[in-house]
Amino acid sequence: MTATPGITPTIVLVGHGMVGQRFLEALAERGLTRTHRVVVLCEEPRPAYDRVQLTSYFSGKTPEDLSMTDMAFIEEHGIELRVGDPAETIDREAREVTARSGLVVDYDVLVLATGSYPFVPPVPGKDAEGCFVYRTIEDLLAIEAYAKNATTGAVVGGGLLGLEAAGALKGLGLTSHIVEFAPRLMPVQVDEGGGAALLRTIEEMGLSVHTGVGTQEIVVDSSGAVTGMKLSDGSELATDLVVFSAGVRPRDQLARDSGLAVGERGGISVDERCRTVTDPHVFAIGECALASDGRVYGLVAPGYEQAETAAATIADDEASFTGADLSTKLKLLGVDVASFGDAHGATADCLDVVYSDSRSGLYKKLVVGRDGTLLGGILVGDAEAYGTLRAFTGSVPPVSPESLVLPAGAGAPAQLGPAALPDDAVICSCHNVTKGTVRGAVTEHSCTTVPEVKQCTRAGTGCGSCVKVLGQLVTAELEASGVEVDKGLCGCFAHTREELYEIVGALRITSFRELLDRHGRDGARGGEGCEVCKPAVGSIIASLAPAIGASGYVLEGEQAALQDTNDHFLANLQRNGSYSVVPRIPGGEIAPEKLIVIGEIARDFGLYTKITGGQRIDMFGARVEQLPLIWARLVDAGFESGHAYGKSLRTVKSCVGQTWCRYGVQDSVRMAIDLELRYRGLRSPHKLKSAVSGCARECAEAQSKDFGVIATSNGWNLYVGGNGGATPRHADLLAQDLSDAELVRLIDRFLMFYIRTADKLERTSTWLERIPGGLDHVRDVVVHDSLGICDELESLMRAHVSHYRDEWAETVNDPEKLARFVSFVNAPDTPDPVVGFVPERDQMKPDLPLLDIGLRRPSEDDLLEGSTRR
Amino acid sequence: MTLAPETLAPDTTGLKVRLRLTDDWFTACDLGALLPGRGVAALLPDGGQVALFRDRDGGLYAIDNRDPFTGAAVLSRGLTGTHRGRPFVASPLLKQRFDLTTGECLDDGVMRVETYEVEAVKAAQAVQTVNVA
Repeated sequence: MTATPGITPTIVLVGHGMVGQRFLEALAERGLTRTHRVVVLCEEPRPAYDRVQLTSYFSGKTPEDLSMTDMAFIEEHGIELRVGDPAETIDREAREVTARSGLVVDYDVLVLATGSYPFVPPVPGKDAEGCFVYRTIEDLLAIEAYAKNATTGAVVGGGLLGLEAAGALKGLGLTSHIVEFAPRLMPVQVDEGGGAALLRTIEEMGLSVHTGVGTQEIVVDSSGAVTGMKLSDGSELATDLVVFSAGVRPRDQLARDSGLAVGERGGISVDERCRTVTDPHVFAIGECALASDGRVYGLVAPGYEQAETAAATIADDEASFTGADLSTKLKLLGVDVASFGDAHGATADCLDVVYSDSRSGLYKKLVVGRDGTLLGGILVGDAEAYGTLRAFTGSVPPVSPESLVLPAGAGAPAQLGPAALPDDAVICSCHNVTKGTVRGAVTEHSCTTVPEVKQCTRAGTGCGSCVKVLGQLVTAELEASGVEVDKGLCGCFAHTREELYEIVGALRITSFRELLDRHGRDGARGGEGCEVCKPAVGSIIASLAPAIGASGYVLEGEQAALQDTNDHFLANLQRNGSYSVVPRIPGGEIAPEKLIVIGEIARDFGLYTKITGGQRIDMFGARVEQLPLIWARLVDAGFESGHAYGKSLRTVKSCVGQTWCRYGVQDSVRMAIDLELRYRGLRSPHKLKSAVSGCARECAEAQSKDFGVIATSNGWNLYVGGNGGATPRHADLLAQDLSDAELVRLIDRFLMFYIRTADKLERTSTWLERIPGGLDHVRDVVVHDSLGICDELESLMRAHVSHYRDEWAETVNDPEKLARFVSFVNAPDTPDPVVGFVPERDQMKPDLPLLDIGLRRPSEDDLLEGSTRR
Repeated sequence: MTLAPETLAPDTTGLKVRLRLTDDWFTACDLGALLPGRGVAALLPDGGQVALFRDRDGGLYAIDNRDPFTGAAVLSRGLTGTHRGRPFVASPLLKQRFDLTTGECLDDGVMRVETYEVEAVKAAQAVQTVNVA
């Protein structure tokens, strides 16, 4: 595309959905945003968001969470994004687009990414009040609002979106029906057998499925609101709300009006370069385009590929889109469903290999050619093998097909690792990344971890279904290139923390030395261990203390030698060698009398006080020998250790909740106190933070915590794996609308499962990202008890709760332990002279003469105008 | 002030820990005050500080208590360990490791801390030569 010299050529993008956004990124990557003016006309009131995850709105994601648009990206590249201002007409002669606002933009290149619209069958009453479609965030908001006054909902269409919509209605508390014209659910993706397996599982969840019937009429009452629907078998279904989800159609009206060629069944006709066949200045990508192979693709991955193709073509690069793989893997209402390749066996002479187990809702079918080539398949109920199988499609797998679908334990299940895949096998179909590219990331770009490979290749950053295979590939590649992937805890132990936890638990080992001498690496046995394994093992022993018969008191016997300095002095070491003291203030609730005690202690010992982020008070500047004196007074006033020094539960933050707040729907303070008292003192692989919010406004910021609780009108929603800090992560919803008892039980299980399986110093957020199967696996284990270990996890937590003792109260009552709290063994009453303080803003701060050498002293000029000089 | 280590852990061994200063031996504490795998700090007559450690086999080590990276006198509160057969202590502040026998920093070729000759002797042998002000 050349432009008149001297004038910046203009690219106009019509539509800002997922594919449109990807197109903008592709433009930026190719430098086209620097050489072109880029104008985006977007009909929806918000920029591009993740439509694939639309339903997750109902499980707690906000529209902001779903956003795929980084406004910094838009600004940085000078893109003129106009939301809520759709294109209305195109004048191809004059090469100009007119938007609804009246804005007229001249274009050199026009790209149509208008997507599709939901097909609503032309039945009488289809526009009645209470009829909806399921396509945009606005649709969801409308359904949510209407459902408040409804008890029953029906979804027309039993395809992918229809099942999601039905699940969403059920989640909103409605009795839900699915009406599907075809004889089975998901007729496009699965065959009869797969549909039957799916049907059983979905009916077991309490959804009513009506297959093989059409909708004839929507019945309304005198006010025009929906009361039911008449079906083709003569029956009538009473319902307050109808969601049409009977497929989508390309949005090609704008193209039709401007004289661009469209297909017989819709879709803007484009060539292999995604250029419209009618006009070389106009492109069409995504669900509105009729590709050169005669198909309209309704999946996001082919849309992305078209976006790349169009951007490449505009940049005069070689690229083409000739068709795409329609493989999909989804988790629908908790059921794994995957289909890939020639799933329906359309190839001549092909054969099926089928494994079906109605009892457990499993159905697996592979379609195999005469010569043994894997052509495609369908997996329902267990799609574990999807990543490997899809990549083998088109080749003859190295093991027999039946061994690929038989469940583990039946015969010899094939362990078909990704190592067996050819280099051109596509690992990530969202971003079209091949195994060769992933290997290259390791061998040529020195990536050694999955996150690095994700960043380098984009693999695994779409739907995430390939992350497991990715991890196996990275490990295999590192091992192949001679890099020894040592998964051991440290130089002393070849075992991982998880393995050591199992060893300690199973053999009831209560001594670090015994563990090191029996299970350490050869060279490390008989040694001292190191600063990595000592606290890690100390933590494991403390976590398991009641179960293995160890003392739960971390300063007892040999355990004292294992603790990091903070745990050893039950306080937090600060930069000048002094300590800070944090008493527990459960839920952040504190009576004035106790506040006064803290104030008096801080005043009497000359401590610097600061409010922490966890709703308590930190007192800084205590010398070692002052700790017992400070704590004697705190314990006397009824305070306990706040474990601010430990890899253990810190605080459970809370908002004021229903008791005072006019928005609150539950008593968040009470719940926060209950949780904090239940889990206080629990040693874990890393610190644990929590919060309870009394309503969806989330003032306690529970979604940034390891386990966060948000009140709903029906109970509590539990979020896990959140984090602030350097790599913030929003927590994931684990379960919703829980009663008090259900909530506590789930947290018990979750924490104990984390303690059991996490790596050393691994927060729940990284643990969730790392463990195979991620959140789904954790949910299976702790909610559905898929490993059958929940009884054990709960009993471990019960033992922790019943054995808890305040370690500061124990310490102040033990003269032998108190003797350790001295600066000098030979001068117990002499304070450390290195610890000194100077005044600052009405309090004091460490005096660090030794550290300040060479550092620039602030001059008068550095002071901000008007800043305090106290 | 006269040293009064009797108030510490009961002296089960009857042994004292002493270290060599420039001219003489200085008795720091009872051996029983040293927990295997952990350290203690002792104040020297010149106001300096020494970190004393005892390993699981009874080996004794003494190094300067001051962490040269931060200036804080905290090395006695670090975790000890063995790295390729060398005993070390890791600073509790920024975790640099120091060889307990040579004083060398294992994570930085340049920094090092002072080391002292140290031994355990029967109480009768331990000569109290200096008082600490």
